[in-house]
Amino acid sequence: MKSSKLVSLSEAVSRLVPDGASVVMGCALEALIPFAAGHEMIRQKKKSLTLIGPISDILFDQLVGAGCVEKIRAAWVGNVITGSAYNFRRAVEGGNLKMEDHSNLTLAMALTAGAMGVPFMPARTALGSDLFRTNSGLKTITCPFTGNILTAIAALLPDVAVVHVQRADVFGNGHIWGNLGVTKEACLASRHVILTAEEIVDSQVITGDPNRVIVPGFRVSAVVHAPWGAHPSPVPGHYNRDHQAFIDYRNRSRTVDGFEEWKKMWVDPLRDSRTYPELLGKERVKALALKHHLPSVPVDYGY
Amino acid sequence: MTENYTLPQLMVAAAAREIADHEVVFVGMRLPLLGFLLAGSTHAPHAVGVYELGVVRDTLSPEPIMTMGDLPNLTGACWLADTIDIMSLLQKGLVDISFIGGAQVDRFGNLNTSYIGGFQSPATRLPGSGGACDLACLAKRHIIVMTHEKRRFKEKVDYITSPGYGDGAGWRERVGLPRGGPRAVITTLGVLRFDPMTCEMVLVSVRPGVSVETVSFHTGWPLKIAPDLSQTPAPTQAELAMIRRFDPEGYWTGSDKNL
Repeated sequence: MKSSKLVSLSEAVSRLVPDGASVVMGCALEALIPFAAGHEMIRQKKKSLTLIGPISDILFDQLVGAGCVEKIRAAWVGNVITGSAYNFRRAVEGGNLKMEDHSNLTLAMALTAGAMGVPFMPARTALGSDLFRTNSGLKTITCPFTGNILTAIAALLPDVAVVHVQRADVFGNGHIWGNLGVTKEACLASRHVILTAEEIVDSQVITGDPNRVIVPGFRVSAVVHAPWGAHPSPVPGHYNRDHQAFIDYRNRSRTVDGFEEWKKMWVDPLRDSRTYPELLGKERVKALALKHHLPSVPVDYGY
Repeated sequence: MTENYTLPQLMVAAAAREIADHEVVFVGMRLPLLGFLLAGSTHAPHAVGVYELGVVRDTLSPEPIMTMGDLPNLTGACWLADTIDIMSLLQKGLVDISFIGGAQVDRFGNLNTSYIGGFQSPATRLPGSGGACDLACLAKRHIIVMTHEKRRFKEKVDYITSPGYGDGAGWRERVGLPRGGPRAVITTLGVLRFDPMTCEMVLVSVRPGVSVETVSFHTGWPLKIAPDLSQTPAPTQAELAMIRRFDPEGYWTGSDKNL
């Protein structure tokens, strides 16, 4: 008999994200960013985290601003529609944050190496760039077959991957759809996986379409029911991107005090499925809702 | 506002003209995204767009988008996949053209979007590479789109995030890059291309109303000028109407301040 892995957000974060942990998040790039889980790390005052991700679109900036982060290994840290991430800037420019610079491809390769159980992966990117000077996980090597110069990218083995999905069963099998970024590689590379899900569904919903499962349940340590858990990033099938929230965040986070005010409003109160729509307001909830539903035609897994 | 168009609109139109029909385009953000949409709805209807978060599409999204992850960009896509799938197309040499913005560029098209003032004690930390370094290394060609100012057009960039031609001819081959290199730089003042022999940037066109002296003044090295220097074509009314359709609020192109 399989046992349920369904826990509260608070329990998942307190059990699986200790101080000093390396956490990979924001794996689908602009979409499905696990903001609710990140904010719980802030509320639990996590310390000395290493954050890993391709781009983070303000989530990493929020954790940096809250003092949770020692190091970032990423390709890009900013606010996708406005540019700079101010807490990140202040921390790096003040010498208070270690940075390991990746490109999107080197980060994807590092997680792939971690997922595949090999020490590194080769690629033809980054050659001649200064990424080698700010990332000790990149080295040039000579291909033993062609003699070409290649970039060797050291494996990343995060302690935990935090992934937001549309729906999951209580055993850790989650369905995800849309653009997936490096989500699968991140799940397979990490020691633990936390799934936060818009909906918790019956297992038959998941096993009825196993192609859509991101990682098998036995690799998942905790499942959390977290409706609106990726707001303000978009979730295919659930809600659109809240552009204004990213613009408001840019305006607030320009100063340390402004960031604190933002945090009081959006992080300090627990993101609860009952109260979060109230915090957003009716108009905003309505504006973010899908206007056109386009369900796909079911496929037949029969025999 | 210049004439009846904004500088971002001029740059979007210039970016669109770099795309040929049937090409595979690695679509970025901001002005290049609009340039791809404009090309696709004018002279390049068969262009295919690939997006690094894992999207391939050959039709316009049903509604304007602000980021490549907006839900309308998924509707009717040819393929929703992984970053590695898209990067594999790029690494294998199947992407014809891509676009990159920059904070600093040098005469050989090396770009910095990471650290101003060196990485040991940076004066300014910028967001970083994202996919830009990969595009600069692996696309068949890439186009740089940026504001033309002396502090950005530098003799030497503080950090090479995305390689151009390094220190000149033969450099890309020497460091092991398989192909590519910057083909053009579209700026607020004009368009520059690269000398095929020396790989150095050459001014080939200036925006209406801008003199060569102005461009040289805003460039941090002695700028080479093409003998057949021309004027950057202003966007047509049809192009402007199309750009407004894709950027209805003018968030990216509404005024020169958007740059």
